[in-house]
Amino acid sequence: MTLDLVQPGTSATVEAVGGEGLLRKRLLEMGLTPNTLVKVRKIAPMGDPIEVYLRSYVLTIRKEDAAKITVKGVK
Amino acid sequence: MEHLIALVGNQNCGKTTLFNQLTGSNQHVGNFPGVTVEKKMGTMKRHKDITIVDLPGIYSLTPYTSEEIVTTDFLLKDRPELIIDIIDATNIERNLYLTLQMMELNIPMVIALNMMDEVVGSGNSIDVSGLSEALGIPVYPISASKGDGIIDLVNQVNAMLKNQPPVHHVDFCSGEIHRAIHAIRHLIEDHTERLRLPNRYVVTRLIEGNEQLEQELGLTDEECHIIHHIVEEMEKNLQTDREAAVVDMRYNYIEKVCQQCVFKEGETNEQIRSEKIDKLLTNKYLAIPIFIGIMFLIFYLTFSVIGGPLQELLESGIDQFNQMLSGLLQTWQVNELLQSLIIDGICSGVGSVLSFMPIIVVLFFFLSLLEDSGYMARVAFVMDKFLRKLGLSGRSFVPMLIGFGCSVPAIMATRTLSSERDRKMTIVLTPFLSCSAKLPIYGMITAAFFSQKAALVMITIYCIGIFVAILSGLLLKNTVLKGEPVPFVLELPAYRIPSYKSVLMHMWEKAKDFIKKAFTIIFIASMVIWFLQSFSWNLTLVADSSNSILASIGNFVAPIFKPMGFDDWRASTALITGITAKESVVSTLTVLLGSDNSMMLSQMLQTIFTPQSAFAFLVFTVLYMPCVAAFAATKKELGSLKEALYCALFQTGTAYVVSLVVYQLSSLLM
Repeated sequence: MTLDLVQPGTSATVEAVGGEGLLRKRLLEMGLTPNTLVKVRKIAPMGDPIEVYLRSYVLTIRKEDAAKITVKGVK
Repeated sequence: MEHLIALVGNQNCGKTTLFNQLTGSNQHVGNFPGVTVEKKMGTMKRHKDITIVDLPGIYSLTPYTSEEIVTTDFLLKDRPELIIDIIDATNIERNLYLTLQMMELNIPMVIALNMMDEVVGSGNSIDVSGLSEALGIPVYPISASKGDGIIDLVNQVNAMLKNQPPVHHVDFCSGEIHRAIHAIRHLIEDHTERLRLPNRYVVTRLIEGNEQLEQELGLTDEECHIIHHIVEEMEKNLQTDREAAVVDMRYNYIEKVCQQCVFKEGETNEQIRSEKIDKLLTNKYLAIPIFIGIMFLIFYLTFSVIGGPLQELLESGIDQFNQMLSGLLQTWQVNELLQSLIIDGICSGVGSVLSFMPIIVVLFFFLSLLEDSGYMARVAFVMDKFLRKLGLSGRSFVPMLIGFGCSVPAIMATRTLSSERDRKMTIVLTPFLSCSAKLPIYGMITAAFFSQKAALVMITIYCIGIFVAILSGLLLKNTVLKGEPVPFVLELPAYRIPSYKSVLMHMWEKAKDFIKKAFTIIFIASMVIWFLQSFSWNLTLVADSSNSILASIGNFVAPIFKPMGFDDWRASTALITGITAKESVVSTLTVLLGSDNSMMLSQMLQTIFTPQSAFAFLVFTVLYMPCVAAFAATKKELGSLKEALYCALFQTGTAYVVSLVVYQLSSLLM
């Protein structure tokens, strides 16, 4: 499953970050590394981007980028 | 001895607040050799020998945005003697990522652990000495907004500069990556020593894969081959790729340190509060209406409630001053020509512009409240999808909003954007959003022609600017600036009450800039215009300014504006001088029409404009090329005079076409 499909209000653990180049590196550097717990908090009013909570802070990324992040253990 | 130190930290970690605490009012913007971008500098309070450079807020040393390039370049090339690393204690894991990267630079460091009051106040705690030991860096808990802990921090910085203790940063790598790092370290030691580059930093960069760096180091083919082999072995053993491996190494160490030193019950009170506020401000249905409401409220308060009355007050003060001065000059029997220069030239020119200062300062007050409170990031979050249709990202919205204040900081703010194409587009489009310097023009024209419908005309003008920006965005996206959609990765910081010091300092800076402009550019422009309109080509005084030098220049340009109905030479002259500063449009027309009060100005304006042509004139002034200062900023940010000229040409061309259409349509309809 990928992060963009996680329902708001539920959490999941990052398995791997796909994609390539600087965007992938930025996602990793912002703390979306394997085994990080991420909670999806909200979807923006127009349906995109999404708001996630990880490592004690709030980050927003677009759905198409979230789709490159595979997650496990959704709860 | 003079010391140069750098203040570095993530965005939203209170860096500017700390900078203000450390330097007080001893700040200036300066250029550094090697890099062309301006940086804020200041001397430390009570330690005049220490200069602090306030570097742009960044998340990592990976050059992702041009601000990160600035910071990384500064740290590598200018090598400050010491780094104050400011960390948001409520968000310590991600903030420490940058710390770990900077530790590799082998520059002495002190950590300022900011917002400790929020951590403690929420029942959490951090073992400060444990953290310091785990990193090999002195750590000082502070609260930048309250001023707590600053003295100890400054004393530590001072002591380290005086005693220069050796750097003992902890080596945080382990396992496979440790083996790779140390193998490569020895391999390239000679190269990094020769080039005086921090060895460890270069090694991790090479592991991540960096051909440019390999060339800069002058590595032989064999050395490159060995490095690649080591990295491939590492990837195989770790079963992950090189980039993820390096990032993972840092976060693994951070997690280990935090497990030992950070005792956390849950989110801080501020974070819980933020989530509650966001239930409203980024609510599915309410977010956009609230945003529009807030913007409307800001403009309403700025123009009608606070700024407007203050402006009138200042205006009458200036009028009285002019009359008094005029009376004095007469009693002193000063030369009449000089009297005319002082009163008709300088005083009316500078005065008409100066009276707008309250509005501009008030507008910036609100914009900096939005920025400092954390609301701007929410606006980017809410508007991203809309801006993506224009090929931009939500991040572009922030520079654009600042553009309503002034295009210069707005264009400079595009540095936070990660894609070149995004930056270019935002730089081209931002000047269409009416900056506050154009307000005097609207004020003048609406007073003369649309006094019954002033608010409506103002809003229409702003909307035309926004509408043209959207259309131009679509046009550029499908023609010159095609490209991939840009990534959008943005932190939503916890809402915080802006520190009144930061806001006041920001306002004071704007006021200072404005006064400086009024007494430099506008002052000179007023004198030049007065001269050009008082003399003819053979330098004799003219009784009627329509025989002046200025008139002939204006007359030469004027026919271009015939299709828009304002082909009077005074209007075209005002547009030309408007390029020096938009306020000059007002001062020029004031001087040229020979009026010394606003009633008379209105009457005189009615002799050269019809309501339709006056409106077309307004449309042209909103859209045509920005002032010299903004043009210079454009050139600097685009890094090319040619591209900046294309920009100006595009903007002026658009202004011409839109103004023409507006005039022709309104003439047909009315």
